[in-house]
Amino acid sequence: MVLGLVTLCAPLGDSCLKCGMSKLPAITLAHPATLIAAVFTPWIAVGILLLIGFFASYLTALSWADLTFVLPATAFGYVIVALIARFWLNEPISFERWIGIVLITVGVGFVAHGPSLTERPAASELAKTAEPVGQLGEEQAR
Amino acid sequence: MMISSVAQPGFWTAAAMIAAIVVTSTAGEVLTAAAMKTVGDLDEIRAKWGMKGAIRAVVTCPLFYVGVSFLALSFFSLLLALNHMNLSLVAPASASLTLVTDAIAAKLFLKENVDRRRWTAAVLVCIGVYFLAH
Repeated sequence: MVLGLVTLCAPLGDSCLKCGMSKLPAITLAHPATLIAAVFTPWIAVGILLLIGFFASYLTALSWADLTFVLPATAFGYVIVALIARFWLNEPISFERWIGIVLITVGVGFVAHGPSLTERPAASELAKTAEPVGQLGEEQAR
Repeated sequence: MMISSVAQPGFWTAAAMIAAIVVTSTAGEVLTAAAMKTVGDLDEIRAKWGMKGAIRAVVTCPLFYVGVSFLALSFFSLLLALNHMNLSLVAPASASLTLVTDAIAAKLFLKENVDRRRWTAAVLVCIGVYFLAH
C-alpha cells in the first residue's frame, strides 16, 4: 500500500510539474520572482503536493523495510512513467524501452518475493533469551 | 544542430559530475534510511500518537537532516550536470549507478542482508533503467 503510493506519487508528481512548467513562459534567473509565482499555479501545486506525498510514504516505507528493498520498488515508477507516456500522452515506446520495462519489472518481482527487512541479530538474541524465560514460565506454571 | 555544437565537457569532467551525483545521493539515501530506522516503525508511531506524533518523530531526528542535506546536494549536482550534459546521458547513468552503490553502501553501513536475490534485482533494475532512459 505504502510502496504503491511511493511508485505512483513520484511519476504523477513529476508529470504534473512537467505539465505545469511547459505551460509557463521560459523562466530565467534574471527574474527569480516568476519562479515563486510558478509554485502557485494549479499544476505545479498539485505536483508539489504529490511529491510531498511521495516523500512521506518513502520515509514510512524506510521505517519498516530495508533500503535495498524499497529502492528497486520505487524504480518501478520509471515503468509507470513510460506507460503513462504511452497510453495517455500517446508517445511511442521503442523496442529498447520495452526491454527496459521488462527488466525493471522482473527485478522488482525478484525483490518483492524476498523478505522486506533484514533479521537483526538483536532480534534473534532476544528470541533466544525469550526461550529460557518461556521455559521458566512454564516451570513456574507447573 | 545548435545543441550538438555546444561544447561537451571532457570525459573526466563528465565522470566527476556523475560521480558527484552518485556519491551524494547514495550518502543521502543511506543516511535517510538509517534515520528512519532509528525513528522506528512510522505506522506504529502514527497509530499511537497520530499524524503529529509521526511528523514530530521524524523532524526531531538529527540524522534525518543530515540525510536530507545530502539529498539536496545531490539535486544541485544533478542540476549542475544537466547544465553541461544531455539528460539522456546524466539521468540513466546516475540513476542506474546509484542503485548499485546503494546496495553496496546498504550492505556495508546499514548491515542489510543483501542476498543474491537483491543483487540480481539491483543489477536488473540498473540495466532496465539504462535501457528505458537511453
